[in-house]
This record gives sequence, structure tokens and C-alpha cells, in this order.
Amino acid sequence: MSTFGDTIGWLTTAENWWGPTGILQRIEEHLQYSLLAVGLAAIIALPVGLVIGHTGRFEHGALGLSGAARAIPTLGLLVLLGRWYPVQVGPVIIVLAVLAIPPILANTAAGISGVDPAVRDAAQGMGMTPTQVLTRVEVPLAAPLTLAGIRSALLQVIATATIAAFAGLGGLGRFIIDGFAVRDEARVYGGSIVVAVLALVGEGLFVLAQRSARPAGLRRRRAPSPAVTVPIPHTAGGVST
Amino acid sequence: MHVLAARPPSWSGFGIHGNWDVVWYYTVVHLRITALALALGAAVAFPLGLAGYRWRRTYPGILGVTNVLYTIPSLSLLVLLGLGFGLGLLNDRPLIVALAIYTLAILVRNLVEGLRGVPDSVKDAAAGVGYTPRRSLLAIELPLAVPAIMAGFRVAAVSTISLVSVGGVLGRGGLGFLFFEGFRRNRTSEIIAGIVASVLLAVVVDIALVLTRRVLTPWTPARAARR
Repeated sequence: MSTFGDTIGWLTTAENWWGPTGILQRIEEHLQYSLLAVGLAAIIALPVGLVIGHTGRFEHGALGLSGAARAIPTLGLLVLLGRWYPVQVGPVIIVLAVLAIPPILANTAAGISGVDPAVRDAAQGMGMTPTQVLTRVEVPLAAPLTLAGIRSALLQVIATATIAAFAGLGGLGRFIIDGFAVRDEARVYGGSIVVAVLALVGEGLFVLAQRSARPAGLRRRRAPSPAVTVPIPHTAGGVST
Repeated sequence: MHVLAARPPSWSGFGIHGNWDVVWYYTVVHLRITALALALGAAVAFPLGLAGYRWRRTYPGILGVTNVLYTIPSLSLLVLLGLGFGLGLLNDRPLIVALAIYTLAILVRNLVEGLRGVPDSVKDAAAGVGYTPRRSLLAIELPLAVPAIMAGFRVAAVSTISLVSVGGVLGRGGLGFLFFEGFRRNRTSEIIAGIVASVLLAVVVDIALVLTRRVLTPWTPARAARR
């Protein structure tokens, strides 16, 4: 297995990590694209999800839309953008954000509308204003599900951002795409490992964040059944594209 | 598959005109990869799901593993399967295996949740009229879980169709090949044709699965609630 040895060699060579085209720089670019895209998506999806969940209107429309979004081949859109706007970060961020909106929106709406009506009534009965009910009861109770949505959005975006390299941008996709172009298997393989590790670390961090976001009053109970906590599975390139 | 010519037709010129055969060819390839991945995924998910249902303690573990696998970016998984496990990179096998792995997270969960959703009273009634546990599972519980199973299958199918294209990076990937070839040769229409065909394929397959569910579960209302 010389490929295996070569890959270990590639990953353990200091020059591959440092410098303007090193792994660390690529990780930084990758995270930059991903966080910008998810941030942009959250700015749009959180308030819309909140309104949909709170009012109960358009719930079917929102779910249908997020279901339909699964059918869109994000890769194709990114490639198309790379053709129209080569080496521009903006359009790539927007496509990645479009990918991230459905899981955040659907989970936020589901989290808010899933709050037990009795809890809402109790809050009202205690004299809370509608705004207080929203910010002190509904939002905290929906937080774990909302975070789950952000998590699945971020993972998809991290996975899909590898394709940004096709649009002439940086990020970890460069190793896979350039390595493949020059038949440097160690680079393709090594780059893939770094992307996978990045996604798994991101997932791990988010699981921890989700735990601490669960309201204190709910923490000691049994973990809710998977049907409740696991967000609607999404993919685009990703499952992880 | 004999539907396909031995040699793929190639795109000529810059417009869609005269290239419908190319789009059709890669649509069929795309569908074949999707079908094989779903079949493989279902073949693995079925015993896993039954195990998770039968032995409750194993379920969190099974679910955890499938979720971690689901987290690995597809391009990574594809490359790792191709190089690392000797599946080769210049054929569709690593792609099919990678896509099948992703379907597990969805298929296993929906199978187990579907089976758990069967009311206890129904299971008791089956036992009461003399069904053995195995016959009850096969003749009562599984059929009643079909709507949930099919809901999972639909999500898996549509997701898989949009994911197949990732193979295009490596020169495979059904319609994804058109994306990346169009990119290299500066043919926007080829990229757009690939995108549109991929979306249409997802819609057609989804509708076909809805119809299949109606045939399989004639007792449910035509517009069953989606999970």
C-alpha cells in the first residue's frame, strides 16, 4: 500500500501545512466560506422560521420548500456560477447559503410550533406578555432543535464548500481537485482526510453546544427520542455533498 | 445494462440542439447509479433496522454509526473508498457504495420508527389470534410500517439523485459528468442541461415512489401525511 504511506507522508510533511497554499491556510479559507454562508443563511432563516413556527402559517409551504430543495443539485449550481463569475467569492457564498437555509428554517419552525400549548398557556397565565412568551419560553425550548438545524446546515456547507475550488477559489477542495488533475494521489487522499476530519470535529463541537443549549429544566430528563431530536435529513451535496 | 450503447455519445457544439441523446444517456446512467445505491443501501439497512427494532439496546449504537458516516463529506468518502478500499476511482463502484452509505442514516431510522409506530393493540391482537412473533413481524408489523419506510425511501432517493453528481469531479457521476465537462469546455448549456435533467429525474422518481406506496398500501388515504 504505497498510496497509504505516501498519504501519511503528505500529511506529515511540514511544508504542506504552512505557507500561502498550505493546509492551515486552506482550512482557514474553507471555514471562512462555510461560516459566512451559514451566517448569511441564519440571518434569513431564523426570523422567518420563528414567524412561521409562532403563527403556524405557511408551515406546509416551508416544509414543502425544504423538501424540494433536496432535489437541487448544488454542485451543478456551483459549477455554473464558477463559469459565470470565476474567482468571485460572493456568488459561491450565496449558493452555499441557499443550501443552508432549508434545514435552519424547517427546524426553527418545527421547534417553535412543537412547544406544548399547555406550557404556552402557563406562561400566559403567569402574566407574560406575548413577546416574553416568545423570547423566554418558545425560543429557549426550540433552541436544541434550531441548533440541530444549524448543525446539519453547517455540515452540508463544509462538505459542499470543497467544490468552491472549481470556481477558482481556495478551500480544501483545492487539494482534491488539483491533486486529481496532476494524478498526485497522496494529495487527493490527504485532502479528503482533512475535509472529513474537519466535518467530524464540527459535528462533535455542535453536539456539545446542543447539550448545553438544552434548557436546564429539561436537562435531567431522558434524552428525547431520535424522532424528535434528529432534524429532517437533508442533503445536497451532502449529505454531505 | 443493455439500454445503453457501448460508447457514450458526446456533446457537440454549444447549444442543447442535437445533444438530447447525450442528456438521455447520462440521465439513464444517473438513474442506474441511484437505483444500485438505493438497492445496496436498503439491503444493508433492512437487517440493521430489524436488529435495532428487535434488540432495543443496539439501536442508539446503530443510529450513531450511521449518523457519523452521514457526516463525512461525500467527495471525501468517495475518494477514500476509491483509493483506500481498492474499489478504484475510474468506475462507478466507489460512488455507489458511498451513496449507499449515506442512505443508511435515513432508511434505518425510518424503518425502526415505522415499526415502533405500530400500535401495541395490533401486535397483541396478532399474538392473540395465534401469530408467531416472526409471522406477526412479516405479515402485520412490516406492512403497517410501509408508509414510514416509503417516506424514508423518498428522502433517500431524492437526496441520492442530487448527490450522484459529485462523481463528476472524478469524471463519473451520471449527469454530474455534464456539469464538469461543460465547465472545462466552456459550454454553459451543457451544465444547465445537466442541472435541469437532474431536478426532473428527482421529481419523476419521487412521484413514482408515491404511486408505489399507494399500490403497496391500498388502505391508506391517497394523501397520506408526510412524516
